[in-house]
Amino acid sequence: MSLLRRNRSLTITIAALTVLFAVFIAIHPRGFSTYVMTIWFNQGALLGLAAISQFFVVLVRGVDLSVGPTIALTNVVASYLLLGSPAAITFGIIAVLLVGTLCGLANGIAVVYGRIQPIVATLATGGMISGLALWLRPTPGGSVDEALSDALTYDIYGVPASAIMLLVVLLVLHMPLRRSPLGLAMYAVGSSEQSAYMTGVRVRQVKLAAYAASGTFAALAGLYVSMVTLTGDPGIGPAYTLNSIAAVVLGGIALSGGVGSPLGAIVGALILKTISSLMFFSGLPPLAQPFFEGLVLALAIVLGAFGMINVRNRLELFRQ
Amino acid sequence: MAESLVRLKSVSKSYGGVPALTDVDFQCEAGLIHAILGENGAGKSTLMKLLAGVIQPDAGEILVSGKAARLTSPREATRHGMVCMFQELSLMPHLSVGDNIVISAPRTRLGLLHPAAYEQARAMLDRIGANGISLSARASELSLAERQLVEIAKALFRRPRLLILDEATSALTRKHIEIIFDVLRELKRQGVAILFISHRMHEVDAIADRISVFRNGRHIDTFNAGTRSPNEIINLMIGRSLEELFPARDASSDQNAPVVLNVSGLSWNGQLLDVSMHVRKGEIVGLGGLDGQGQQHLMHAVFGVLRGVSGRLEVNGRPLSGPSPSRTKQADIGLALVPEDRKTEGLILDMSIAKNLRLAALGRVPFGILDSDNESEARIRRLIERLSLTYGSLESPVATLSGGNQQKVVIAKWLALSPRCLLLMDPTRGIDLPTKAQIYRLLRELAREGLAVILQSTDYEELIHLCDRVYVFYGGRIVSKLTGDQLTPSALIAASMNLPNSASAHA
Repeated sequence: MSLLRRNRSLTITIAALTVLFAVFIAIHPRGFSTYVMTIWFNQGALLGLAAISQFFVVLVRGVDLSVGPTIALTNVVASYLLLGSPAAITFGIIAVLLVGTLCGLANGIAVVYGRIQPIVATLATGGMISGLALWLRPTPGGSVDEALSDALTYDIYGVPASAIMLLVVLLVLHMPLRRSPLGLAMYAVGSSEQSAYMTGVRVRQVKLAAYAASGTFAALAGLYVSMVTLTGDPGIGPAYTLNSIAAVVLGGIALSGGVGSPLGAIVGALILKTISSLMFFSGLPPLAQPFFEGLVLALAIVLGAFGMINVRNRLELFRQ
Repeated sequence: MAESLVRLKSVSKSYGGVPALTDVDFQCEAGLIHAILGENGAGKSTLMKLLAGVIQPDAGEILVSGKAARLTSPREATRHGMVCMFQELSLMPHLSVGDNIVISAPRTRLGLLHPAAYEQARAMLDRIGANGISLSARASELSLAERQLVEIAKALFRRPRLLILDEATSALTRKHIEIIFDVLRELKRQGVAILFISHRMHEVDAIADRISVFRNGRHIDTFNAGTRSPNEIINLMIGRSLEELFPARDASSDQNAPVVLNVSGLSWNGQLLDVSMHVRKGEIVGLGGLDGQGQQHLMHAVFGVLRGVSGRLEVNGRPLSGPSPSRTKQADIGLALVPEDRKTEGLILDMSIAKNLRLAALGRVPFGILDSDNESEARIRRLIERLSLTYGSLESPVATLSGGNQQKVVIAKWLALSPRCLLLMDPTRGIDLPTKAQIYRLLRELAREGLAVILQSTDYEELIHLCDRVYVFYGGRIVSKLTGDQLTPSALIAASMNLPNSASAHA
């Protein structure tokens, strides 16, 4: 019971997702089927991985505007390298992950050693990364290995491969984040940088690690984009950046740092995707969709800010 | 004799030109509990921060077991066995109690934290009598006392050779303090050195083997516990008088002058308890006591910063209900507050001096349009002259001024409103002596002109020499009201520590 109370915001989020999903299935012309589930999870996995990328930076009290550009760049790089023999493809995957990690590390260095505010630093690096992607592939094109794509975007005995992939990601992340010194240190730094420093945590290294991890997950998202679209497109970035921020907010990850989990990020991403699918099927004019997505986000933020009502010293309202 | 565990050799440290520690030689030995005494600003906290690696000395060196050590970060200091438990808490609010303790000295198996570490954290909490605190509770859910216990457990978890406790027990009950003192005595037997800072004399009496007194950033004396009487110790803490700093006091304030601000039965959130006080026209009233005993909250409550305040506030004989800063500063009420932290609450550092000076008066002008007859402009000019503000250009940012001149700008911006009652929160903290003297003179002059002044200060001299009456706070209550001849250093210090005042009875 206390576990439920402590994870109240996550519980509410999951409940909201369940309701939205039920409505979505109810109005979907094909109802509950492997096909619908696979599409739904594939869409969710794209944004889910981007949201986990955003999660790592938000966890240490930052915000990353280069998530989208990094996805675009890694997608473009993948469209050149994910072809040929299994060995070549393996090499390609490693190279793509390395590119993403380096982008994240560059952000980390700008923030930690350059002492630039994360939002400004990642705005600048994001611009550069976008530029690189355009330089490598001015127009959408290229291709990736289709067998690999099929394996990762269809289903395995009726279970969407993307759902299994998300589950694996969550399982792999859980222990290192909650039970390793580095993972715990990320939460500590996000919760209170000063206290963490006083406790003897290596604040700078921990932040660098968080930004690098963010880059790695952006690369995973970029890889998965290549699996779904089978091409490289330098222009896919902007939507991912903003939606990844929206997803972590919906997923109960505090922008003030130190709170949240990859599960929250994925649930937030699935909620966003479900809402846009619902709008697609509900017959709302497509141009009105951003309004409703914004409305949902606003409601989520209002719910999250309820704690402020009990503040008894007005000065604390200004301290964040 | 064996080498001291820690030794400071002619260590100095200053902040922005204001010396915090001057040429300090100090040592502490393994297996001794060493108490550090001194007034606020005596340099105790600076000493602790140096040993904990939070700050580095400007001059001099620190030797650990006879070898020069560079304590460049808390992590480095911990590596040398120096662990500090600060009164500014070091807990991560969103982490569980167990994680908070374990992360301070992580042990791993297969790259993950060892489960045994959590068992040790549990054992450590039990040892200091914190059986009621669950390892899975979040630090932010704990009470202040519980957080202090977790801090202590966290410090002990790191197996210190030198354990520094800075007001570590200020929120704890007598029962818990006894348990912790027993643990400290046991550590002492195991050869751990303990530095103990407390304002509570009876705690120091109960546990210290050796006592060092600091004053104005200097190490005054070190002696074994029990060799000096409490009165002698208090005299060492007070030291020389600063009387030349203060303007002559007026014969006596007019006891029939109208009451400007009357507070009765004020309470807030368990941190202000049934506080009653008043200030008359032309009086300077002091709020004394150790830091954070409720004085600041009273100021905030009066100025309308706090929500949910109960009790009565009267200004000029009329009740004031539901105040807020934008209302209390209006001419009919006429309160002005010079806040504690001038850099964040008093000024907008990047704005020009001139703009900062006009800021408080903005709400007074209709529709926010600055007045055309230059009346307020002229008033500001007069104030700048009166405060002898030293500046390059009024258009340069306030951040370019020295601390003392910044404080003058804060005071001037409020005086521009011609308030009837001026509330000042520790206005001379970290300010050089000549500027202090100017501020004192100004306050006295303003009082003579009929302004009611409430001065909250942790500087005893200030309260004694400047104030007509002092209310002393302890644990959210006013425990003592001192006027006239009662206003002596020993009476004030005794009242701040909530001790019965034997010293002044004989004086």
